[in-house]
Amino acid sequence: MEPDMDRADSTETASVILHNVSKTYLLDAVKVPALTDINLVIRPNRFTVLSGASGSGKTTLLNLIGCIDKPDTGEITVSGCKVGELSDDDLSDFRSKNIGFIFQNFNLLPVLSTYENVEYPLLLAGASAKVRGERVTKLLKAVGLSDKAKNLPGQLSGGQRQRVAIARALTRKPKVVIADEPTANLDSKTGTAILALMRYMAERFQISFIFSSHDRDVVKAADDIIYLKDGVIQDPRRKAGGSAP
Amino acid sequence: MMTLSLALRNLLRNRRRSLATLLAMAIGSTSILLFGGFIGLIEYEMQTRNVQRGGHLQIQHRDFFLYGSGNPTGYGISDYPNILAAIQKDEILRGMVTVATPTLQFGGIAGNYVANVSRTIIGNGVIADDINHMRLWNDYNLRSVAPISALDGSAEDAAVVGTGVARVLQLCESLKISNCQKPAAAPQTETESLSDDIAQLIMQETPNETGINPQRIEVLVVNTRGAPNVTSVEVIRAEDQGIKELDEISIMMHLTKIQQLIYGKSTPKATSIMIQLHHTDQIPTALERLAPILADASVNQPLAVLDYRILNPFYVQTVQMFNTMFGMIFVLIAAIVLFTVSNTMNTAVVERTVEIGTLRAIGLRRAGIRRLFVTEGALLGVCGSVLGIVLAVILAAVVNRMDIRWMPPTYVESVPLTILVWGETRMLLGTTFGLICISILSAWWPAYRAAKLDVVDALRHV
Repeated sequence: MEPDMDRADSTETASVILHNVSKTYLLDAVKVPALTDINLVIRPNRFTVLSGASGSGKTTLLNLIGCIDKPDTGEITVSGCKVGELSDDDLSDFRSKNIGFIFQNFNLLPVLSTYENVEYPLLLAGASAKVRGERVTKLLKAVGLSDKAKNLPGQLSGGQRQRVAIARALTRKPKVVIADEPTANLDSKTGTAILALMRYMAERFQISFIFSSHDRDVVKAADDIIYLKDGVIQDPRRKAGGSAP
Repeated sequence: MMTLSLALRNLLRNRRRSLATLLAMAIGSTSILLFGGFIGLIEYEMQTRNVQRGGHLQIQHRDFFLYGSGNPTGYGISDYPNILAAIQKDEILRGMVTVATPTLQFGGIAGNYVANVSRTIIGNGVIADDINHMRLWNDYNLRSVAPISALDGSAEDAAVVGTGVARVLQLCESLKISNCQKPAAAPQTETESLSDDIAQLIMQETPNETGINPQRIEVLVVNTRGAPNVTSVEVIRAEDQGIKELDEISIMMHLTKIQQLIYGKSTPKATSIMIQLHHTDQIPTALERLAPILADASVNQPLAVLDYRILNPFYVQTVQMFNTMFGMIFVLIAAIVLFTVSNTMNTAVVERTVEIGTLRAIGLRRAGIRRLFVTEGALLGVCGSVLGIVLAVILAAVVNRMDIRWMPPTYVESVPLTILVWGETRMLLGTTFGLICISILSAWWPAYRAAKLDVVDALRHV
């Protein structure tokens, strides 16, 4: 299918472009197509949701956009960089600099405090102590966890952990944040608050958030929605800031 | 720093498992160090005893060590006083040498003809004062003390024999040697069968019945002209030589006495010049300084310097044997440590698979993952080794205070058991370094596996 969304006006400024991307998994000896011939443009600074039933290929697509998986065929461009051409180390560096991750299970490092978890990507980047201090303090304040800086993840609630994860994802000012079912393990009230926080952060820091989610509230909150079925895009839709297909 | 901190925290995260691993390493390290400390004691005891008896170096005729036992006096050093003087004259050597003394080895027959017994002997003529001075050498501060030779200050015709010689010559009673019983049955006498010349010599030297000294024996040697020469000596003490074969042939006499017997009015010689240094590690320097002295002295006679290791092959063999045992034990313990650490790290990798995926997703390179787990292994190695050292030092101190006694190889008297751990820098560093390397090696494979994990698979791990 054609990359209907914003093909005309946004390929140069798009956050992510997928061109003829396919991915197949081997389940025992059987080849299972996860994504088939995906063409897609994701607009910058928007909330984009990948939606669909279980096994539709949402997470696979998210993994490919997040550069933690590679397509069998096709080309992926993230923030203007053709990631298929990068070596493993270069991909790591690219992810560190350009992509933030928010996981369903938060995936914080349990031995690091809230502050250290948020600081970790900056340590990887070799940032100075001053830069790290300023950035982490600012982010913790933005997610409302300044008073929990010294707490370990085990001492935080689910919502607080996800807020730490959001702060960590934004530490290096990425262009794209990948969020795999970010509200799945949260109650609806906390989920709503987390969504609101992500919306606020996206606007404040000019970031593209790309979700995979079943959650109706998440889908409702999205600017763009991409429906997947059996590894094929069914219905790309734009809710705000652009034309519908 | 970040990797180290993260590695340390990860180890502290599962304290029980880390502690079990540390204890396994520490016990391994302690075992190695205690055994190493024990064999260190054996080495020091044997080295000390050898140096006390024969010095660090001996100047000899080039062929004396290999062929001299057949005709010791045939390999005498003619101008040994000049060599001794040259050693004293060398400023550097003088500062290193504690004793430089001549000795004359000889072979012959010792007989107690009153008891109608005799046996072949190999003896040494020594300067008794120098011999006792040499026996004070204790560079390793061992708690055992070498017995002082009774020859010092004794009459010129005094002799000290091995207890085996005393037993065979039936001197035990007069010398009051314990555990030295007379034979159950009297041996058949063979006096009549002695050759005429020996019998004549015996008759000349044998005192009248009324003047019998039960400690006097006759020593027969061959002089430089090939003629037999006999002298009567008084055995003033029997000393156990530690090895039965040596104990049954050993005799020590004053150098001047044996020189008179062998060389008569000719210029006396010595078969060796024993040189004892302050410290064993001075041997290379001493050899360098001795080289020109020997070159001068070797004009008319080929001389060589042999160190105590060549002179005492049993010492070298014993040390090698214990070192081999130490190596075997180290390898066995290292294998246990390797599997213990490896098992711990493998478990950690499995448990932390999702974390590995997360770290990789947020930008840590494969090398960073490897570094993290290898650092954890290294930390286990460092902590386990240090704990092992502490335990070994404490246990060694406890054992050393218990005053347990034992008998090292070739010793005839028991000495306090001392396990040398503290201060044995080479052993401590070697063991620590070895165990850290093994820990790193153990962690390498799990770390490699962790780094090879696919990010998506790792994140999906349950």
